[in-house]
Amino acid sequence: MTELNILEAIRIAMDEELERDPNVMLLGEDVGRKGGVFGATEGLFAKYGGKRVLDTPLTEAMIAGAAAGAAIYGLRPIAEMQFADFSYPAFNQIVSEISRMRYRSNGTFGLPMVIRMPYGGGVHGALYHSQSNETYFTSTVGLKVVAPGTPADAKGLLKAAVRDPDPVMFFEHKKTYRLFKADVPDGDHVVPIGLADVARSGKHLSIFCYGYMRFCALEAAETLAREDGLEAEVVDLRTLRPLDTAAVLASVAHTGRALVVHEANRFGGFGAEVAAFIGEAGFESLDAPVTRLAGPEVPGVPFHHSLEDWFMLNPAKIVEAARALAAY
Amino acid sequence: MANTKQAEALGHRKLGLGDDDVLAMYRQMLLARAVDERMWLMQRAGKIAFVISGQGHEGAQVGITWPMRRDQDWLAPFYRSIASVMTFGMTAEDIVSAHLAKGDDVSSGGRQMPGHYGAKRYNIVSLSSPVGTQVLHAVGLAMGAWVRGDDMVAMTSFGEGTSNQGEIHEAMNFAGVHKLPVIFVCENNGYAISVPLAQQVGGLSVAIRAQGYGFPGVTVDGTDPIACYAAAKEAHERARRGEGPTLIEAKVVRLTSHSSDDDQRRYRDPAEVEALKEHDPIPLFANRLRGAGILTDAIEELLRTEIKAEINEASVRGEARPDPDVSTAERYVYADEVWP
Repeated sequence: MTELNILEAIRIAMDEELERDPNVMLLGEDVGRKGGVFGATEGLFAKYGGKRVLDTPLTEAMIAGAAAGAAIYGLRPIAEMQFADFSYPAFNQIVSEISRMRYRSNGTFGLPMVIRMPYGGGVHGALYHSQSNETYFTSTVGLKVVAPGTPADAKGLLKAAVRDPDPVMFFEHKKTYRLFKADVPDGDHVVPIGLADVARSGKHLSIFCYGYMRFCALEAAETLAREDGLEAEVVDLRTLRPLDTAAVLASVAHTGRALVVHEANRFGGFGAEVAAFIGEAGFESLDAPVTRLAGPEVPGVPFHHSLEDWFMLNPAKIVEAARALAAY
Repeated sequence: MANTKQAEALGHRKLGLGDDDVLAMYRQMLLARAVDERMWLMQRAGKIAFVISGQGHEGAQVGITWPMRRDQDWLAPFYRSIASVMTFGMTAEDIVSAHLAKGDDVSSGGRQMPGHYGAKRYNIVSLSSPVGTQVLHAVGLAMGAWVRGDDMVAMTSFGEGTSNQGEIHEAMNFAGVHKLPVIFVCENNGYAISVPLAQQVGGLSVAIRAQGYGFPGVTVDGTDPIACYAAAKEAHERARRGEGPTLIEAKVVRLTSHSSDDDQRRYRDPAEVEALKEHDPIPLFANRLRGAGILTDAIEELLRTEIKAEINEASVRGEARPDPDVSTAERYVYADEVWP
């Protein structure tokens, strides 16, 4: 075990995968000499050279589309969108091409590739460096979508994503990069895609979350236990597509109450899918309506710190929502 | 026997092509045309829902793909690439089966519209409908070869309308930066559905854009397969020498409407459409081959008889293939067959 933050865990996962498989390569803006704008690829250019750790022009469609072509050729590219907010020029490649390639070729062409998506607010990035845009991709059939919330999961899920035969959108919440350190298994630690993690057990209500919200939900659960005597079960979904439906149902069966938390806006957000699923498949377990706590309905995170604080979810907001749900 | 002096004038020999080679190119053009025409007949007969044609592009497509190594190089085609994909190995039966959307069609198993070619077995990337996306795939394949340090050359083709897409710029710029082994082929037939070149391309030349990306852009007469072959051979050799991409703009004609759902008489002068026939690459090439003494009436007759038989057989076999099984419609979404 080594104590690492999420950024270090991501870097180590890429380093180990580059070392393990000569077909693995990284490409993106500033991933080479600079080591990435967040430092996720630091040291890898020096170690693996400028072809396998490739600085691209400022062209996101090219990053995604060339990664797809390289995957057809047998490589295992890890493409970085510098910020998830900047992935839209690549949307055509991701949605028209990458997600559909296997289906449209009747199973002939698969695309084993990863697109890293640094997402989320709370980093003073305002409207265009803070977006949580996972829903565009969770609603796209053919993609897998992953959003780890711990250093161990970041390492293990990224390794699984690199080895996956299908395209994986890998959402890394920027605020979690250096937020905390935790034990990460050394060596070849792989976390299977598609499995949720019960981060904390509890019997009074379930909090479904992912990414940075795992950290916030665990803090909220502490407060709820201490101040209210409420035992919240925190379920870190970890993979959004495919959703671990069995884990969701098991938790609801256990607690009878479900709160879904995400930073992306509520309307049509990922929580809508989780809530609808619980409504359809877990209705008889429910003692209260499924509740969502989500980012506000504004087009982006506003810049001034007071505005950003207003926007962001935090443990206090989760505590408040959980209390209301428990009181129903 | 070919008249030596006149055969020399055809120009193929100094490119390393024998008389048999140019005859084989001519046969490939005839075959692609004949399959294409058969698809229209079957569409008119109600057997096929949609046709999008390569008629008029065959000289460019056969000439330009001819230097490519089938077992090693890759093609990311576009929807008019019938003669290109056939030069890469697709058979008449493959094309018929794709148009009939048969369950074992090599391109998509009946999932995609006709003209959406692709087959791993022939090194042809699966094509979609948003235009220009395939150009980045070819660049990515070339990037893969560059990273691995191997000898593959990728080729991609697209129309002059598509040449305006942002992804084409992103692709060419990146290929230019790293001198990737890729050949960009713009088949300029003057019309993007109904919109003429003058309203599509500022400056009227696609080839000239290559200057800005740091590699050669050449314009060739796309009705002349020998000239097209020469340009592509040079591009292929450049790519293999590590000197980077080439953009070939082949001036061709679109002899049909955009597709079976279009009627070009609505937006083109009938006299203009009629005049296109003078630029049909097939009789033009046939006349030159005859002049060189390489093609004779007897050979022409033999080729046409062979091709007719080949297409008849392909049609019978294609039509006899099974339709897609609806129970398989959820397969191949992901590699895992089981999805929660």
